[in-house]
Amino acid sequence: MAHDEIVACENLTERDMTAIAAQLAQYVRAGDMVLLSGDLGMGKSTFARALIRALLDDPGADVPSPTFTIVQSYPLEDGTEIWHTDLYRLSGPEDVYDLGFDDVLDDTLFLVEWPDRLPEDMQDTALQIRFSAPTPDDRTVSFCGNADWQERLRGASLS
Amino acid sequence: MSDKQPHIISPANSDGSRPLTVLGIETSCDETAVAVVTADKRILAHKILSQVDTHAEFGGVVPEIAARQHISSLDHLIAATLKEAELTMADIDAVAATTGPGLVGGLMVGVMTAKALATASGKPFIAVNHLEGHALTARLTDDIAFPFLLLLTSGGHCQLLEVSGVGNYKRLGTTIDDAAGEAFDKTAKLLGLGYPGGPAVEREAAKGNPDRFKLPHPLKGKPGCDFSFSGLKTAVRRLAETCVSERGALYEDDRADLCAAFQQAVVRSLTDRVQRAVTDFRSRHGAKSYPLVIAGGVAANKAIRAALVKLATEEDMIFYAAPMELCTDNGAMIAWAGLERLLVTPTLNDMDVSARPRWPLDENASSRIGAGKKGAKA
Repeated sequence: MAHDEIVACENLTERDMTAIAAQLAQYVRAGDMVLLSGDLGMGKSTFARALIRALLDDPGADVPSPTFTIVQSYPLEDGTEIWHTDLYRLSGPEDVYDLGFDDVLDDTLFLVEWPDRLPEDMQDTALQIRFSAPTPDDRTVSFCGNADWQERLRGASLS
Repeated sequence: MSDKQPHIISPANSDGSRPLTVLGIETSCDETAVAVVTADKRILAHKILSQVDTHAEFGGVVPEIAARQHISSLDHLIAATLKEAELTMADIDAVAATTGPGLVGGLMVGVMTAKALATASGKPFIAVNHLEGHALTARLTDDIAFPFLLLLTSGGHCQLLEVSGVGNYKRLGTTIDDAAGEAFDKTAKLLGLGYPGGPAVEREAAKGNPDRFKLPHPLKGKPGCDFSFSGLKTAVRRLAETCVSERGALYEDDRADLCAAFQQAVVRSLTDRVQRAVTDFRSRHGAKSYPLVIAGGVAANKAIRAALVKLATEEDMIFYAAPMELCTDNGAMIAWAGLERLLVTPTLNDMDVSARPRWPLDENASSRIGAGKKGAKA
């Protein structure tokens, strides 16, 4: 699967990450799979929270960590949903089917933390966002995806 | 305004021959638990199957989706619980099950099993909110009257609740990101300690110097009673990386000092928020002594418990902690909450209620996001 880097944003503060998430909110929709990968404390949840709040158009919305419940779902006004999921506690792809991901793929925007447990076919068409910290105090966020994502994010000012 | 409701529990079932008896089922996350509880506050039987032991070897990773585990063990656990209570379904007056919030698969297993059992034996089904179970546990184990202030803090929840009656809860604060127990688990993971993280971090903290590292005090002094723990974990990671780059490795004393600093920051954050909640609570109920109840697995941490006991004394509140075995998820709290609801509404039957993965205890306060809307798979 060809997942080319679309853009990498470096030297980010938390505020920068929030702004980038809000930008991205304009380009994602139900049916999309967005994968958030990176170690603990790299900012995956912070980014997901900002993205969800932008999509809900509610800067104060409760967005609790999905680690314990594995899935936190957020209904959108058009009848679709956001599923914010943390697959950390799962053992592998079969658990993802048990959770019913495949039943709602078309009507749901998935934000997936720890996506290595996701079945490969679900990863193929995903937008991959990688979080890293070159030094303890700043973050790099890089976006990778197939040609479709390259095209869709062409006009986005993510950096 | 703050009249205490008399704490009267109707002692008998409909024909008056024995105390009202409820079977409770809890399957909202990792534990499969069943218990039988009576209106005279006896726990006749109480069984829990936890997956935590199995998880330890995986460093906290759940090797099974809870639902599968619940399906394979629930029937057997119910039979074993009834046997231990020396009862049959004929002796049970109602079947209660956790209906939310939680992981949808597990909730559905518990709710369907409870409904089937209730239908087959001609008893009502009672849908219980998991948080309500924790909230009312103190009334099962101690004679605590309404209203009281509850700090519920576990791996999945961190909330301050004003409990004014059965079904009458006001959420004063909640975590805006990670729960306190989750922060302990993630910190343990970052520092290469064992699972579950709470006891591991507490052990290390006891050996460490809490003042060597400076950690942020999340939301300290900010208005309201919300919590935030995600930033602490990130700060611990950053400090650990700095240690490694300066000393070449994370040494034992680094780890102990980081744990001590982390635990101290959690203690300070919790006490700061609880203190604000006491003030808020008193603005509605007056200056009397009220119970301050702590529930949830994090209550096992001795430093946290000691700080809250001290705070309660200073604030002239009466400190209660549920017994440890009822602090983590269990069936007794669900049976008891069901029983309390049944006593308030004797004709109660929730047969038309389905599993609700998102179910805030105080729906009005949480109506910001789709409260009342059932979860996607419910």
